[in-house]
Amino acid sequence: MSELAATVGDTMVLAKRSLLRIPRAPDLVLAFTVQPIMFVLLFVYVFGGAIQTPGYDYVDFLMPGIIVQTVGFGGFVTAMGLAEDLKRGLIDRFRSLPMSRSALLTGRTLADVATNVFSVAVMVAVGLLVGFRFTTGVVEVLAGFGVILAFGYAFSWVFAFVGLTASSPESAQSLGFIAIFPLTFVSSAFVPIESMPSWLQGIAEVNPITITVDAVRGLFIGTPYGNDAVISLLWSLGLTLVFAWLSVTRYRRAVTR
Amino acid sequence: MAAGAVASCRPVNPELAVEATELRKSYGDVVALAGVDLAVPAGSVLGLLGPNGAGKTTAVRILTTLLPPDGGRATVAGLDVVADAVALRSRIGLAGQYAAVDENLTGFENLEMVGRLYRLGRGAARGRADELLERFELTSAAKRLVRTYSGGMRRRLDLAAALVADPPVLFLDEPTTGLDPRSRRGLWETIEARVAEGTTVLLTTQYLEEADRLADEIAVIDRGRVIARGSADELKDRVGGERLEVELDDGLAVERAVAALSPMADEAPVAQDRTVRLPVRRRGGAIAEAVRRLGEVHVGIEDITLRRPTLDDVFLSLTGRVAEEEASTEEEASAEEARRPQEVAAP
Ligand SMILES: Nc1ncnc2c1ncn2[C@@H]1O[C@H](COP(=O)(O)OP(=O)(O)OP(=O)(O)O)[C@@H](O)[C@H]1O
Ligand SMILES: [Mg+2]
Repeated sequence: MSELAATVGDTMVLAKRSLLRIPRAPDLVLAFTVQPIMFVLLFVYVFGGAIQTPGYDYVDFLMPGIIVQTVGFGGFVTAMGLAEDLKRGLIDRFRSLPMSRSALLTGRTLADVATNVFSVAVMVAVGLLVGFRFTTGVVEVLAGFGVILAFGYAFSWVFAFVGLTASSPESAQSLGFIAIFPLTFVSSAFVPIESMPSWLQGIAEVNPITITVDAVRGLFIGTPYGNDAVISLLWSLGLTLVFAWLSVTRYRRAVTR
Repeated sequence: MAAGAVASCRPVNPELAVEATELRKSYGDVVALAGVDLAVPAGSVLGLLGPNGAGKTTAVRILTTLLPPDGGRATVAGLDVVADAVALRSRIGLAGQYAAVDENLTGFENLEMVGRLYRLGRGAARGRADELLERFELTSAAKRLVRTYSGGMRRRLDLAAALVADPPVLFLDEPTTGLDPRSRRGLWETIEARVAEGTTVLLTTQYLEEADRLADEIAVIDRGRVIARGSADELKDRVGGERLEVELDDGLAVERAVAALSPMADEAPVAQDRTVRLPVRRRGGAIAEAVRRLGEVHVGIEDITLRRPTLDDVFLSLTGRVAEEEASTEEEASAEEARRPQEVAAP
């Protein structure tokens, strides 16, 4: 067996392990189903009347934003899982096995892609029920999902690093939220950035979440998006490379305790 | 020291399954290993015995490629733990100090996963999982999530995971800590069966009974150094002749008893709770003399026995020495005696 094939095999074994866990933990099932539904409904019905999005229904404006936010958080399972593996000594076991040195991380982040696909499907279904419509072609819509999943994957690697660095599973989760929450709110995800104070607009404009949301919005409902899709993909690639390298380096030295 | 001489033979000795020379490791200011030599002949069992913080786990982590040493070198199954780490991992099994099993998988899924990661292939991994669950009496719990397992069941599953690939060298870090006596004996039998089939085992333990039963050779490690090594019998001989063990009826009288009994031995008596142990020079009359001496200082005796030394004696006399010097000297002991005359117990 070539080393690459073996690495892929190890990754699959460990991705399966991560996925098996989800239906067995009721809180995770809620996190992947009820939470996104709740977000869509709350935003549409609570903020929908208050936020002005000239030329578009708020639900059409909102859906790309809320989907990007959700996949951005999707990697928290990786952060929590890795922190738990560290705490329970499983990292020691894995590191003593002849498996690929990155497989635990590629396995977990790959499992996140699967759960992100699931969450996105749930949200799109709920969105369609409350009035969201795609107004572009099939190719654009598919490209939009590609941009979303790439972005979610990149953030899984950020979370992987957080999970290996945090002192406990609980702090891994809250560290992740502290990092991502302000990022999603200081972006075009929920409100047009023109409505923010000007100093905040400057931050929001360079925020990769804004770029990604604008790209997805353009690909789903036809707003102008310039090069945002390409720039978003470059962000995802860059974050993935940097945090994969950081995480694998950290994993190789990680010891329980 | 004979074993030390073996370990310092520089060329890799194919007869040795584990060979470590001058291993050093520090965590910041904490010196965990201060130059440890180990030599485990293939097919034998080395017991690494030591108190908390002695460096046992650190040694195991270095030998299982988890941690690079700061200095020294080690080979396992003829492979260098640093340079040949990748090749080495398929030849070792590790059961760490804390059961490393996935709570959210079933027992079967845990073993299957480990088998796949040893690259056994799906069918082989499943077959092996069933076989090991059977051997460790976990078949009826095979389909249950591990988070519903008892501590002993987890430990057994953890050991089973270490055996998945039938590795020629096994590392077991305190394998029976937290097990009830029946499970402990079961585990010992499993380990003995592996050794009978030719597996080399390095196990750490705080239980002398365990080292006595399983280990061909014992290395006593304290504060990052090997302070004694040899077979259980050799170590017991080193501690010398018969041991007198006196259980007092009053724990507060221990220091007086130690002072009264110390002229009978070359070595200072060791006290633990209400029990005082000492090696005695002559067997004949030892009990009578001890009873008389304790009677003179009015210390009551609950039980008194004369026996061959156990590894406990070895352990306490080797690792307790420094602590003893730091603790009560004889003056302090007699000062104590003067302060508390009310504790005199009628024999
Ligand atoms: N990751 C770490 N960071 C800092 N210090 C550590 C670390 N691991 C171990 N130590 C220290 O190194 C020393 C040796 O620890 P080690 O775990 O090897 O002991 P041990 O013999 O296994 O003890 P125990 O019987 O308690 O398991 C101890 O003083 C411990 O506090
Ligand atoms: Mg230990």
